[in-house]
Amino acid sequence: MTDTIIDIKHLSKSFGDKQVLNDINLYIRRGEFVTLLGPSGCGKTTLLRMIAGFLQPTEGSILMDGKELAGIPPHQRPLNTVFQRYALFPHLDVYDNVAFGLKLKKLPKEEIDKKVRRVLKLVAMSDYEDRDVETLSGGQQQRIAIARAIVNQPKVLLLDEPLAALDLKMRKDMQTELKEMHKKLGITFVYVTHDQEEALTLSDTIVVINQGKIQQIGTPTDIYNEPVNSFVADFIGESNILNGTMLQDRRVSFIGHDFDCVDEGFGENVPVDVVVRPEDIYFTKDPAKTQFTAVVKSCVFKGVHYEMFVDTDTGNELMIQDYDPYGVGETVQLYIDPDDIQVMKKERVCNTLEGVWNGDYIDFEKPEFSLPTEGLKHDFPKGTKVKVEIPFSSVDLLDDIDGGLTNGEVHFILYKGDHYHLTIRTEDRGYFWVDTQDIWDKGDLVGINIKNKGLKIQPIEDEKA
Amino acid sequence: MRKRSNWSLPYLIFLIIFVVLPLILILVYAVQDGQGGFTLGNITRFFTDKDALSTFAVSIEVALETTILCILIGYPAAWILSRREYNKSAVTIILFIMPMWINALMRTLATAQLFTILGMNLGKGTLLFGMVYDFLPFMIYPIYNVLVKMEKSYIDAAVDLGATPWRAFWKVTFPLSMPGVASGVLMVFMPTVSTFAISEFLTNNKIKLFGTIIQENINSSMWNYGAALSLIMLIIIGITSLFSKDKEQAEGGLV
Repeated sequence: MTDTIIDIKHLSKSFGDKQVLNDINLYIRRGEFVTLLGPSGCGKTTLLRMIAGFLQPTEGSILMDGKELAGIPPHQRPLNTVFQRYALFPHLDVYDNVAFGLKLKKLPKEEIDKKVRRVLKLVAMSDYEDRDVETLSGGQQQRIAIARAIVNQPKVLLLDEPLAALDLKMRKDMQTELKEMHKKLGITFVYVTHDQEEALTLSDTIVVINQGKIQQIGTPTDIYNEPVNSFVADFIGESNILNGTMLQDRRVSFIGHDFDCVDEGFGENVPVDVVVRPEDIYFTKDPAKTQFTAVVKSCVFKGVHYEMFVDTDTGNELMIQDYDPYGVGETVQLYIDPDDIQVMKKERVCNTLEGVWNGDYIDFEKPEFSLPTEGLKHDFPKGTKVKVEIPFSSVDLLDDIDGGLTNGEVHFILYKGDHYHLTIRTEDRGYFWVDTQDIWDKGDLVGINIKNKGLKIQPIEDEKA
Repeated sequence: MRKRSNWSLPYLIFLIIFVVLPLILILVYAVQDGQGGFTLGNITRFFTDKDALSTFAVSIEVALETTILCILIGYPAAWILSRREYNKSAVTIILFIMPMWINALMRTLATAQLFTILGMNLGKGTLLFGMVYDFLPFMIYPIYNVLVKMEKSYIDAAVDLGATPWRAFWKVTFPLSMPGVASGVLMVFMPTVSTFAISEFLTNNKIKLFGTIIQENINSSMWNYGAALSLIMLIIIGITSLFSKDKEQAEGGLV
């Protein structure tokens, strides 16, 4: 028997022409607690429903114990699901809900009885056998939903945001219980959530998903300490995400200062993203240690620590968490350990679009819009395919959604210390990335204009074989 | 300021004149002999009136058969209509419901004409056809309503626990749709017991229903016996509605 229980290979899923999951590769080890973590709409529930068998993959395969799952209907798969809103059968009492799967298997009555009682004891609901499920509280219904699934001794238990409907206190308690249950049962848990804290608490392995793609797979510590890109860094915990330049191996420049770091192999003078966790910026009185100074702008007590925002001497904003408060207006001296600087390759340094030069306009297909060529220094024969590079700062966002060349929705916002880096999604699911000083909210509809500044246009050679 | 409850006054008056008063009149007429004296004779007469008793039995039989046929045809129809994958537009449901917009008498007359044109013998078969045709929407609609509102995750959960789609239907969907069926039964069974027009037109009065006898008695000025028969029918209908009431309240099948 191999160590891998579920092996997902090149899995993609589209609904119509909308791609929800894109080339997912993932293996899950036997007995592991794996969490699929991502913002709503990232495709994590779709992935879970494909493992359960409610959805069929568009491409790729899911293997369980080496066997292809496609074509096996959900009722024959050796796994069970805990549904988001529990989906307990309202016409059955607690006992019959839990016994549902066993009765379908036509087990002898005494055996069913024994198993149901045992599992009800496990979830601490022994005295509720005859209760109507609708009279139970949210937490109790949750327990019954878990009992109903695990009583069938599945090889894998799928949990679809099982704690989302509970209040905070209840959620914390259930987290502990789930963790214990997982230990006791030894079943593989595949857990879907959008709550990063829940994922960090529960999981052996976290799979961060965004926009249908796996961003990072790793242990909670890995994911927290070494996020691979700015999305993961921003989504997991609090962080300062900053534009920087890798000067050489182990030397990076950001917020206008040069720092020692531990990263290598990026090359020289390469633009990078730098992540510094707010608890990793230290105050010092020692001038020898001081790397830069800043003025405290705000200081808020958060229970265990104080959360402060400071303006650095070079005009960047940083978030700092510390056990000791510093007064607003106070000038402080700060340093960062080389170990605590996480350098990440930039996913992109500009918007790169491919279009067709049509004389007066360049026509783009996705996102679909036409860019006037007036004022551009280039000239190409009509019909030339061109690659256009648009700097982040050359994209203008307008309040008037019809005032620009095209429009879109603010999809993702990243604060980078002195400006915002926005992801704008157009209606046809194309993307623009924009650097701006203006404050927009997620979900805002904006007009998009392209400034004729710093655009790079090159013809694309016909594809060579 | 006047109390809000005053607003209900017109309705109260309407109810008294058109519902309560007629009911009292039925009761009063039912326990009177022709001269205006008190008697239970009209009611006891029914239990010895072989003709009336057998008609009553036929009525119940026809009503039961109609109801069962309506369930057998209406349930699958409602189920298909409630599925997105089979029923992509709202047009189909409107087509099913549309007959409800047209007066039942007109539809019955048209059906009778159709049978005559086709040269078919009018009898039990045509009667049941007419009944089912008239009352089917009343069965489909409440069942459809319950099915459409039912959370799909129940079926997912059943399948996830190892039920084939067929067993998931019988173990989950069907029991959960019972309030809709109960509403449908109520709306089909009760009016079919008391109908007389359908049997008159679709069997040429070959088959008499309970409603027919009441109508005949009243038409021939036997007010007291007619009233007594009406009372008996009311009680029977009342019993059926009590029977299905608890279920209906639980989920609210109709509307």
